[in-house]
Amino acid sequence: MAMKRPALEAKISNFLSPLVIAGAGGFLVVIALLPKIAEMIRTQLQSALSPTWASVVNIALGVGATVFLVAQLPIFLIWFERKVAAHVQDRLGPMRVGWHGVLQSFADGIKLLFKEDIIPEGADRPLFRIAPVLVIMGAFAAFAVVPWGHGLIISDLNIGLLYIVAITSLGAIGILMAGWASNNKYSLYGGMRSAAQLVAYEIPTALVILVVVIQVGSLSLQDVIASQSDGLWGENRWLLTRMYGLNLIAFVIFFICGLAETNRNPFDIPEAESELVAGFHTEYSGMRFAFFFLAEYGAMWLVAGVAAILFLGGWVGPYFSGPLVFFLKTLILVFVQMWLRWTLPRLRVDQLLALCWKYLIPITLAVLVTVAGLSVPPG
Amino acid sequence: MTTARVYKDLEPDSAYAFKPEDLEDDEMILNMGPQHPSTHGVLRIELKTDGEIVKDARPHIGYLHRNFEKHAENIDYQGVIPFTDRMDYVGSMANSLTYAVAVEKLMAIEVGERVKSLRVLVSELQRIASHLLAIGTYGLDIGAFTPFLHCFREREKILDLFEWLCGARLLYNYNWVGGVSHDLPEGWTDKARQFLGEFAPVIDELDDLLSLNKIFTNRTATVGIIPPDLAVAYALSGPNLRGSGIKWDVRREEPYCGYEKYDFEIPVGQGRYGPIGSCWDRYYVRVEEMRQSVRILHQALDKLPAEGDVHEKVPKRVKPNPGEAYARTETPRGELAFYIVSDGGLIPYRVKGRSPCFVAMSLFHEIARGEMIADIIAIIGSLDIVLGEIDR
Amino acid sequence: MKEYLEGIWVSISTIAIGMGVTLRHLFMPSVTQQYLADENPEARWKSQIVPEGFLNERSRMRLHVKIEDCIGCKQCEKVCPVDCIYITTEKREKDEAPIFASDGTAIKQRVVQFDIDMSLCCYCQLCVYPCPTVCILMTPEFEFAETSKENFLYRFAKEKPLQPPAEKRPHEPAAAGA
Repeated sequence: MAMKRPALEAKISNFLSPLVIAGAGGFLVVIALLPKIAEMIRTQLQSALSPTWASVVNIALGVGATVFLVAQLPIFLIWFERKVAAHVQDRLGPMRVGWHGVLQSFADGIKLLFKEDIIPEGADRPLFRIAPVLVIMGAFAAFAVVPWGHGLIISDLNIGLLYIVAITSLGAIGILMAGWASNNKYSLYGGMRSAAQLVAYEIPTALVILVVVIQVGSLSLQDVIASQSDGLWGENRWLLTRMYGLNLIAFVIFFICGLAETNRNPFDIPEAESELVAGFHTEYSGMRFAFFFLAEYGAMWLVAGVAAILFLGGWVGPYFSGPLVFFLKTLILVFVQMWLRWTLPRLRVDQLLALCWKYLIPITLAVLVTVAGLSVPPG
Repeated sequence: MTTARVYKDLEPDSAYAFKPEDLEDDEMILNMGPQHPSTHGVLRIELKTDGEIVKDARPHIGYLHRNFEKHAENIDYQGVIPFTDRMDYVGSMANSLTYAVAVEKLMAIEVGERVKSLRVLVSELQRIASHLLAIGTYGLDIGAFTPFLHCFREREKILDLFEWLCGARLLYNYNWVGGVSHDLPEGWTDKARQFLGEFAPVIDELDDLLSLNKIFTNRTATVGIIPPDLAVAYALSGPNLRGSGIKWDVRREEPYCGYEKYDFEIPVGQGRYGPIGSCWDRYYVRVEEMRQSVRILHQALDKLPAEGDVHEKVPKRVKPNPGEAYARTETPRGELAFYIVSDGGLIPYRVKGRSPCFVAMSLFHEIARGEMIADIIAIIGSLDIVLGEIDR
Repeated sequence: MKEYLEGIWVSISTIAIGMGVTLRHLFMPSVTQQYLADENPEARWKSQIVPEGFLNERSRMRLHVKIEDCIGCKQCEKVCPVDCIYITTEKREKDEAPIFASDGTAIKQRVVQFDIDMSLCCYCQLCVYPCPTVCILMTPEFEFAETSKENFLYRFAKEKPLQPPAEKRPHEPAAAGA
């Protein structure tokens, strides 16, 4: 009895796949046209409502749009990761669920929704429930200060970079809570390792941000981009190309710290699949596990996005600017993150911390001092 | 009544398991249970840990015990061969070869040249396949997901060659008492040469991707040091022994199947990135052995005798005279040996399999003390154990 | 200090070489063969090393017995290491018309029961060799999964017919062992 593909499955797949691909295309079109759409909405609101109400509605719409955007991204990123992983490993990846697997993320999401919500016996119930919320909040709340284009930012805080560093630390508390509250020795190991790792890698992150701040003169993200407004050449070119390669070192270090902050391979010892089964999220099932997963992809996008803003000019491109440019740069950096994940083995936790304390921090301090010496004070 | 007593002996308050009352402050018993992504089979290890550092380790085996030796006392000699295949299911050509050599010793059968060459061919191909699996899963344990699939891509080619040859991919029933079960089909040698040509660059690519990677060497080259005298005291063999610097290979010491005619080197661990006898040394000995196997295979394919009947010396009924025989060969895991006692009938009186992985597992607790939990995974992976052989 | 810098250099270079290997593989074609090739079922099983296929020659998958050739010698039952073949024969009377196997051997026994329990079979092919008329063979058919264990008891003897389709067959317990 040879197996044949069920007809209903083929029909659903052939019907939904073009819709999903068209949706993704529409998504990109909306991102490209975002400045015009935002401008239109702003003028309409200003003519229709009083200034305070207009700005409130504007910000609310901005929050809604950002949350929607950032929540849609993991759907694409999960498919992208699986395909990249598969082709690096000489295989095909998801092919059945939709054309070349485009419906796979949806199918996984629906499956996770249907799973039983298990809370282990002896687990600390309130902490167990709050932990995924904190982790996803740590990843998503930082998008409040990430600019997608000129004026396309929810809130241009003048301490934007400090805010990002602070909010992402909340994720660390969430992971620690998850590890403790699961009443499972493996989860506890995962949580403790992750706490040590995240706290340690905050320091080089903050130091690299200082390197950027010295050259820009402000913690606000829009100002960082404004100081790179000339593209690749000129006085205000991208930070990556300035300072005779020191910024390149700082970029690489920031990237490494970002990988460590999001618990990605080679720093994924807290969720090391082959050692601790699944680390701190062993006991989580269904939507709670989905939250950890979404938080990881959201944080990945955040790290890539902030790296693009700090060093690669954000939404300012060499030839044209706009949200699409920011999107492309971030996507390329996310691809590099995935590329690293599928190439490198993982570091043991003491080697990870040794890397941070003995290598990254001294090098970053050296770069910081040199940059401070070389840069001209602004104003 | 008797059953209840036996079960009670296996409960945690038996003498072997750790007791919670004996723990000092800060110590914890961590159970890496029979179902674990990294223990290469159903192996249960109890670790007494102080934070991340392991104070003591006790492996519990027996979850895959299938009464091989009892089965062998009830089935005729040729029928035992499928059972020997299932001992070390990753390298089954080697197991059946050892058993066949042992029974041929008992019956004083001398097989023909073509049979010997065929046996060498399949043994070396099996060695490559088994080492590919060992290397791939070791990379997976350490966290590198990609070399696993690259290794399995090559392993698929070998398994396809085997399927073309004898019809099965993993459990072959190929080496019979007095011969082999199938002769080579038309065109097999050309495809085997094609495979070898494609495979040699893959080993170098594996070096680039995994073996020489700094993260990998940091993880493995300072961990799991087996001093040479400890290895010899425990009768370790195979790549585990050679990783500690001792040049001992049964194919050189006690040649069988014409191995004295082939020219190959015996790689030993040289402590390139750390002390001699580390996990990296054992791993790299396996990589080098694959290169040497390619060399032997080229020679075997060139020297293959053109004719010879593979069923010529296979006896109609295997009925040895009363006596005993002990034969050992070099399998990918070490020195496998069979001790067969015959009482003159059609069914063996006793078949004892001496398994190299069992020895490696008994050495485990000596090298696990003082390592971190992540290193325990590295050590088990580097010993390359297959639970089917440990438990039989 | 020298080891410090050397360590940094070695790390970066080996990681870069590894990433180069991975990037190269990203653009190489995949070796996966997909299973449900509805368009052309024959084109499925290409091997990387034997693209023209080899499955039909020596593959050891499902057992089949050509029951009209069986002479009832029970050699396969004796040699099976896991005792999965159950044969019962009766002597044919001298006055019955002589019947022959397809290679001319006279059949002196009537095979009343020839059951093979495929769930016990270990696919070793030892039963194929002793058969004088080569009536038991391993075929290359591998998609014979069943939903219940009783369906794995293949009954070949003519006295009880070959396995009828599963929907029509009532529940039958497994035959008694040899």
